[in-house]
Amino acid sequence: MTSPRRLLQLAFLALILVYPFLVGDSAVYQRLGALVLLAAIGASAWNIVGGYAGQVSVGHAVFFGIGAYASVTAFAHAGLPPILGAPVGMLLSVLLAAVIGVPTLRLSGHYFSMATIAVGELVRVLSSTSEWLGGAQGLGGPPMPRTVFDLSFLSAMPYYYIFLAVLAGLLGLTWWIERGRMGFYLRAIKDSERAARSLGVSAGRYKLYAYMLSAAFTSLAGSLYLCMFGFVDPESGFGILISVKMLVMAALGGAGQLFGPLVGALILVPLEETSNSLLGGQGAGITFVVYGAIIVIIARFLPNGLLSLFERRPTAPTQAEPAATTPASGHAD
Amino acid sequence: MSMTLVQVVVSGLLLGAVYALFSSGLSLIWGMMNVVNFAHGDFVMLGMYAAVMVWTALGGGPWASAPIAAFLIGTLGIASYFLLVRHIMRGPMLAQILGTFGLALFLRYGALFAFGANFKTLPDNLVGHSFVLGSIRFEGARVLAGVVGVVVTLSMHFMLTRTMLGSRMLAVSEDATAAQLMGIRPQRMQALAWAIAGAATGIAGALIAMFFYTSPTVGETLSIIAFVTVALGGFGSVLGALVAGLLIGVIESLSAYLIGPVYKDVIVYSVFVLVLWFRPQGLMGKT
Repeated sequence: MTSPRRLLQLAFLALILVYPFLVGDSAVYQRLGALVLLAAIGASAWNIVGGYAGQVSVGHAVFFGIGAYASVTAFAHAGLPPILGAPVGMLLSVLLAAVIGVPTLRLSGHYFSMATIAVGELVRVLSSTSEWLGGAQGLGGPPMPRTVFDLSFLSAMPYYYIFLAVLAGLLGLTWWIERGRMGFYLRAIKDSERAARSLGVSAGRYKLYAYMLSAAFTSLAGSLYLCMFGFVDPESGFGILISVKMLVMAALGGAGQLFGPLVGALILVPLEETSNSLLGGQGAGITFVVYGAIIVIIARFLPNGLLSLFERRPTAPTQAEPAATTPASGHAD
Repeated sequence: MSMTLVQVVVSGLLLGAVYALFSSGLSLIWGMMNVVNFAHGDFVMLGMYAAVMVWTALGGGPWASAPIAAFLIGTLGIASYFLLVRHIMRGPMLAQILGTFGLALFLRYGALFAFGANFKTLPDNLVGHSFVLGSIRFEGARVLAGVVGVVVTLSMHFMLTRTMLGSRMLAVSEDATAAQLMGIRPQRMQALAWAIAGAATGIAGALIAMFFYTSPTVGETLSIIAFVTVALGGFGSVLGALVAGLLIGVIESLSAYLIGPVYKDVIVYSVFVLVLWFRPQGLMGKT
């Protein structure tokens, strides 16, 4: 019974591994593949805290921007290859996640989301006033690659495999967490934090761990973004749409599912690129109209994401039935 | 010097009254249904565009545009309730947040597509001229906005606390099932709350359009201002929203004057984060 499913998974894996060669002569499709993987890294990182722990952050652009700015300042102020800024950015992001997370994660549901929006906007406005970060104009990376360590390539193929390696590492780590004690705790907290606490789970601590881990990988996604695009300004680093994209991709595929964010990225990134190239300057606006409509439709008809359509266990829908009524009483406190 | 400071506080209060008006709509919905409308600022933005359209198409001032905006945004509120909010209210937390957030993006970028990215302004002298009273300068448009803001917010408060209809709405927010057993239709009351909130927001948008730049993305900032005001005033309290709105208006104009215009958002957002951290029930909230 599982055999055809396993075959399909292997075929999908093989397709991902050789994809750049399949579209060998098309730079556009190679670039598209790299962009999908990059978006999937960000969304998978968000998924750790937003999906598994159920804390809906709408301010993850803070960490993405820190990663991008750490990399660009490593070049602009120290002349180093941008990727050397990545560990600094990750460290800063983890520290900031702890500072934001300790008071903010105590807030439940909507309150947490609103607090993360406010923190995100706060950081964006502050970054645009900082001379050192290039103000509203932003900063650029190396105009010409000096060594291979600048990770500045004309072809998208090297990016594709770098992003694929990072995504594989992140998904592997997520899988390991999901199967372990922490994954169990996070699911318990998501279902009912009060129940989890009463069973002795230190909910605050595990939510914080998830938030910090999520921040580290979101920051890495920002650094990788900078390496590929070579430029960041407050809007492309800390803008609220960066946060929104991460959560929409995860929610479309299935938040709290290992491959949910990747599925979401596989659908939304080509959609965004197509509408941008078809509609030119006006495309950006239309893209987000479509994004908005998709989000509303998911929320209304598919609250558990696309992957919930292929739910393996037939018992899941019947279990979800009583759960659908609990949030009304669950978040009333 | 001190006269300038008084001037700054006065204009902060007048602006704050409009903040209070649209924030009380958010507070009402929140208190009744435990749903946060992340598209609330974008409702205000559409009210602003309604005022701009009324002016460019008909040449009408706020007396014409405020009722029209109230009707349009009130209708939008009812539609949002029946098509979206009613269905996601009991769903998972992520779906609740995504639902109204998606609506926000849809409206914001729909407005960008429909009206373009350029800022639109209404003529300065739409409502009378400015006058000076005891060396403090009052602009007609801002005075009108402030007075209407306070009056409409107060009437909302009295409607909710002193009338039969208000008691019915309160009953639904306390316990929808029990209210239903008493012969109140919860869905009708909740739809009414969205209509009232939408209408108040539309009026606020029409007022604020007189002296703000109208642009598709203005809703983002206004949403956060509404969150701050509701958080500070206590979730569900219209009177709290009035006090908090005036306070936020003053904080904003004082920080713009004392520190610099760029930092006024920074200060307001910081106040929000601090309130959530230290006093999540708000200044006047229960428990």
